[in-house]
Amino acid sequence: MNLLHVTLLAVLVFGFVLLVVDRRRPRLAGSYVRYVLLALIAVATLTPFVWLACAAVKESNVLMKYVLLPPISEWGEALGLTSYRKLFAPRASLHGPIQFWQYLLNSVFLASAATIIQTLFCSMGGYALSKYRFAGQRAVMLFMIGSMTLPGMLLLAPLYKMMVGFGWMDSYLALLIPGAASAFGIFLFRQAMISVPDSLLEAARIDGASELFIYWRITMPLVRPMTAAFCLIVFMGQWNAFIGPQIFLHSGYKLTAPVMLSQYMMQFGEDYGVFLSGTFLCILPIAVLFLALQREFIAGLTSGAVKG
Amino acid sequence: MKPASNYHPVQRAAPYWFLAPYLLLALVFFIYPLFEATRLAFYQTHGALAREWVGLDNFVFLFRDRNFIQALSNTAIFAICNCALMVPISLGLALLLNTRNNRFKGFFRVLFFSPNFVGQIFVGIMFAVIFLPRYGLMNRFLQTLLGWGLETEWLTDPAMVMPALILTNLWMYVGFNMIYFLAALQNVDDSLVEAARIDGAGPWAVFWNVTLPSIKPVAIFVLVVCMINSFQFFDLPWAMFRQTFGPGNSALFMVSYLYDSAFHTGDLGLASAVGWVLGAIIMLVSFVQIKVLGTGTEDA
Repeated sequence: MNLLHVTLLAVLVFGFVLLVVDRRRPRLAGSYVRYVLLALIAVATLTPFVWLACAAVKESNVLMKYVLLPPISEWGEALGLTSYRKLFAPRASLHGPIQFWQYLLNSVFLASAATIIQTLFCSMGGYALSKYRFAGQRAVMLFMIGSMTLPGMLLLAPLYKMMVGFGWMDSYLALLIPGAASAFGIFLFRQAMISVPDSLLEAARIDGASELFIYWRITMPLVRPMTAAFCLIVFMGQWNAFIGPQIFLHSGYKLTAPVMLSQYMMQFGEDYGVFLSGTFLCILPIAVLFLALQREFIAGLTSGAVKG
Repeated sequence: MKPASNYHPVQRAAPYWFLAPYLLLALVFFIYPLFEATRLAFYQTHGALAREWVGLDNFVFLFRDRNFIQALSNTAIFAICNCALMVPISLGLALLLNTRNNRFKGFFRVLFFSPNFVGQIFVGIMFAVIFLPRYGLMNRFLQTLLGWGLETEWLTDPAMVMPALILTNLWMYVGFNMIYFLAALQNVDDSLVEAARIDGAGPWAVFWNVTLPSIKPVAIFVLVVCMINSFQFFDLPWAMFRQTFGPGNSALFMVSYLYDSAFHTGDLGLASAVGWVLGAIIMLVSFVQIKVLGTGTEDA
């Protein structure tokens, strides 16, 4: 019998009592069971995050001793930032010493650049498909759907060969250009832009607005929530990307944080604190962005798929 | 919308200009590599430049290679178990959350969804430590709850590797798929549910005869996407097992095999052949699922 058992038992007994006593309002017992289940799943979902946050501030000698945080009386010696100091210590490379900051900056740059390029190209494509009617439109749409069913991994080997041919190895171009416009993104923007009223665009046209003006100054501001969601999707995708940077980048100073962390995992072996604090640091900015934009993000994900 | 003939010439050209970046990129970085992958599959290469024609030998080699067969079976087992658990669990979670007056719906929705924003590499690093014997969070939790020993070797016992990977994958994506089911459940016609209730149908009958048929298209969508993604499983096991294939190749998946043959062996031809086997399986599985289950709608 431990604290966890006692808590679970109390929850069960209370539910049973509700079920027996409250015969007139059986809904109450039902929603009790519902909330207990939801709460349990919520705890299961959050625990790894909480565990990681605690691991990131513990000293390595007590990292495994306490599951979460040590008792307050030991905080003085058990908590500390030694693992960060190890993580950020300059490391020798062919191009001189490199700090972990460099990888974070590279990741930020790559993710931001990918976001800008993809948002531009995908919104342009989505605008064309939603606001014009033109010869070949159906063919383009069918091609896009077809392209989404093929696994991206199939193209990995030939893309590698192409990048060697282009001289783009060890260059960010290899990561930014091939994926600069995705069928998925174009469909997302098409879905959002369909609801922009045609009469508005027509009125602008009569006033002499150029097609570019109508796209950039009239349509884009009207799909701002969708744009925010898409930016976040792309940013996250690039921030978390592993296989591309791993294959196409070689120079130490160009690598991204996920690639480096997976290498640290092998280098530091048992010194879990180092790569766990690095992981915590990489999750944090994305978590903030996600919480700020979660409503748009979730709406963006479902807009294309449901009701199709 | 006006018919195309009424457009001014500038307007008629405009959509092509707007689509030009995508079309150009698709031509260079999709269509060309696709042909190249098909061609390469019949060659053996040494790095990116040297190659020799081997005909169908790549495919013959693959199906005689014990490692590839293991990658194939690991991937299939993972895909089947993962989706068989993923679909019902995420649907169950959506049903649990989908009540009319659930004040905390938005809160739970974001919370369950949240593991999804963490990349597979980061999750792999976290869970490599969570699954450690003796000290890991998982074993500690199981011991406190059920009194199981602390010595379960999640990451070094080949038999435990698959359960560990599936558990981690479920943790990551159940909330993600739940979002789709929640959206579908909100579109279920309330009057149908009410009519069934008046006719004396119990909650189970209502679910089976009214709710399930109306969310069928989304359920099939989730299943097909789950299968497609499961067959391309790579980042998570790669990080969790520190860039190895796990004990006894138990974490060797088709994409790991592809990655290894392309970038360690240096045979882009063999890798392309693996890619085509993978592509063929994915297309076949998606096709069969959609044929057998139907798309569930007439206009989809």
